[in-house]
Amino acid sequence: MRVDALGGTRLLYNLRFRAILYQVLAVGGIVLLGLYLFSNVSQKLAEQNIATGFGYLSREAGFVISQTLIDYKPTDTYGRAILAGIVNTVWVSAWSVVLATIIGLFVGIARLSRNPLLAFLAFLYVEALRNVPLLLYLFLWYALIVTSLPTVREAWEILPHVFLSNSGLTVPSLMWTSAHSMILAALILGGVLGVFIHRRATAQRITSGKSRRTWPLVAMALLIPPALALLIVQPDFTISLPEKGRFRLAGGSQLTPEFTALLLGLSLSASAGIAEIVRSGILSVRKGQWEAARALGLKDGLTMRLVVLPQALRVIIPPLTSSYLSLFKNSSLAIAIGYPDLVMVSNTTMNQTGQAIEGIAIFMLVYLGLSIAISLFMNWYNSRVALKER
Amino acid sequence: MTTATDIAEAQLKMPLRRDPDVGRRLMHRTLKPLIGTPVNAVITLVCLWILWLGAKGAYGWHVTRAVTEGGAQACKVGHGACWPFYEAKIRFMIFGVYPYDEHWRVLLAMIIFLGAIGITMIPRFWNRSLLVLWGVTIVATAILISGGIFGLTYVPTTQWSGLPLSFLLSAIGLAFGFPLGVVLALARSSKLPAIRVIAIIFIEVIRGVPLISILFMASVMLPLFMPSGITVDKLLRAQIAIIIFAAAYIAEAVRGGLQAIPRGQHEAASAMGLHYWQSMRLIVLPQALKIAIPPLVNISIGFFQDTTLVTIIGLLDFLSTVRTAMTDPNWVGIAVLEGYVFAAFVFLVFSYGMGAYSRFLERRMRLGHD
Repeated sequence: MRVDALGGTRLLYNLRFRAILYQVLAVGGIVLLGLYLFSNVSQKLAEQNIATGFGYLSREAGFVISQTLIDYKPTDTYGRAILAGIVNTVWVSAWSVVLATIIGLFVGIARLSRNPLLAFLAFLYVEALRNVPLLLYLFLWYALIVTSLPTVREAWEILPHVFLSNSGLTVPSLMWTSAHSMILAALILGGVLGVFIHRRATAQRITSGKSRRTWPLVAMALLIPPALALLIVQPDFTISLPEKGRFRLAGGSQLTPEFTALLLGLSLSASAGIAEIVRSGILSVRKGQWEAARALGLKDGLTMRLVVLPQALRVIIPPLTSSYLSLFKNSSLAIAIGYPDLVMVSNTTMNQTGQAIEGIAIFMLVYLGLSIAISLFMNWYNSRVALKER
Repeated sequence: MTTATDIAEAQLKMPLRRDPDVGRRLMHRTLKPLIGTPVNAVITLVCLWILWLGAKGAYGWHVTRAVTEGGAQACKVGHGACWPFYEAKIRFMIFGVYPYDEHWRVLLAMIIFLGAIGITMIPRFWNRSLLVLWGVTIVATAILISGGIFGLTYVPTTQWSGLPLSFLLSAIGLAFGFPLGVVLALARSSKLPAIRVIAIIFIEVIRGVPLISILFMASVMLPLFMPSGITVDKLLRAQIAIIIFAAAYIAEAVRGGLQAIPRGQHEAASAMGLHYWQSMRLIVLPQALKIAIPPLVNISIGFFQDTTLVTIIGLLDFLSTVRTAMTDPNWVGIAVLEGYVFAAFVFLVFSYGMGAYSRFLERRMRLGHD
């Protein structure tokens, strides 16, 4: 515009024209590159006689997946195999997130302890985990489980009916039926109801200043729906307890060494990062907040819960989101120790069908989709705890 | 409870005047946090117990129970660390399948490389001469490792392995990822919508998928995308994947720095008559990059560790040569932990060193010495 005013008609010096030109060049360049790559690919695929398209998803897979949560057998389709892989990925990531958060919270608080020994131990824990690659830990845990633990016949009973041996962890289990799902649903319903009642009571207390006893109502909301469901469906609650037999452990359910090593590796290494996040979050709350809370007569625990943690959460949530995301993405290292996650199943599929492009496209899209889902959820939660500025 | 309250409390209770009774103060300062309350005393005891067990286990494994003489058979019987394994395999673990008689070349290259990193880490040397230093370093290490001139025998990339390969992959990944990342960060904060959207899609897609999927893509898909007759070296393919991955993460760190620069700086640059590239190069980027240095160092630490993933696509990086040494027919099933302990130690030393450096930089910045 400025140049126009000087009377120059040279298009090249027109800012708006230049902006459009740059963008057209960028988009055009990318489109051309894409076309070039596409022509290369189609030529190569034709030369090497590789089929294209996603038709293979409905063909019979024919390979065994060592452990699945959903029903899967080799006669099922590739599509089903990949779904089993996705479920495995989500399963191990979800458990790791829970474990990592709990451990990280405690270690983070321990790092701030006034007891120098405890703080030092927490420091050692964090540094030992942060400075060594996750892949090395996965190999190490796996090697320790497989080679150093006793055989099934001499399995250690670490808790009553929980056995640890070189074929993994054996825990008591329950035969899950639809009746159990009903009770779980009733329990969740009761929980939601309880939260609702509690919220209303709090809102009332804030507006009217009157405090009423709500716990009997909340307890009723929590107990009555599951009790009713229990009466109606009457499920079978026999728990299968693992017992040491002559050659193997009978009953219970088995967590394979691969799953145990992956769970341990993912959750421990993520917990070190989370500990640092928790620590910096708590440190970010000013000293004056502690002092003010004490001046109001709040005890330590209450100060932490009502004053410090809500403010620390604002600092904690964004980096926590990215550490959950990287845990989820790191679960793809499962392939190194042979846990059949999405990447490993896709890899087998690619080797069998030769359709690498489709295989990689599927697992990249799944990771991308789930990553976006996790960040959307965490952003929603973050906007709830974020500072409400007036 | 031992929480941050205690810290606040300790700060409150700091004596304002110097306490004349030194002995009592020492008692107060050092012993009270340890055994001040019954809970604290129990915590102290438990911590001591854990530390004792750890120290005893590590010492016993490495020293008292260790097998220092004899071969694999002696280690099979013993219950401690197997020093003969280290003796027999240390060169393989570090240098991998690089020709045995040429190991000195890689060693020299590594010393030059680490020396250059050491010089780069000193803020006093942060000026243009660093570019010259790195130019010389890259040429020298490339000649030493690859050979083919000056009477050095040529060593193909298939024999590049071990710790030098890990250094190489992460250093080149960061060196090339950095300019690409800066360009991406500028594109992402550009006013031109098409360019911004392209940058956002690129960065978010790369950051949304695991590194291993990009490595797979590079090793399986890239050959399909090349025109017929052109093959790309396996090592180069992995390197490209690492560069792309690094660029996306570096872009985000740099963008953080760019966002911290107040608008006034851009406006002042425009008022001086500088055009976009001039104002970026002379005014905005020097300030933004300085802010981005601590996160960039953290990214570097992460990348040094992430290069271990190339094991999965079959390259012989450090972790991979260590595993190969452990599965040697003479040692398989005997040296189960030794190799991992050694590898973990090496990673710990380098990563912790870098981390300490990053903390030093952050402290320096907070003090405002720029």
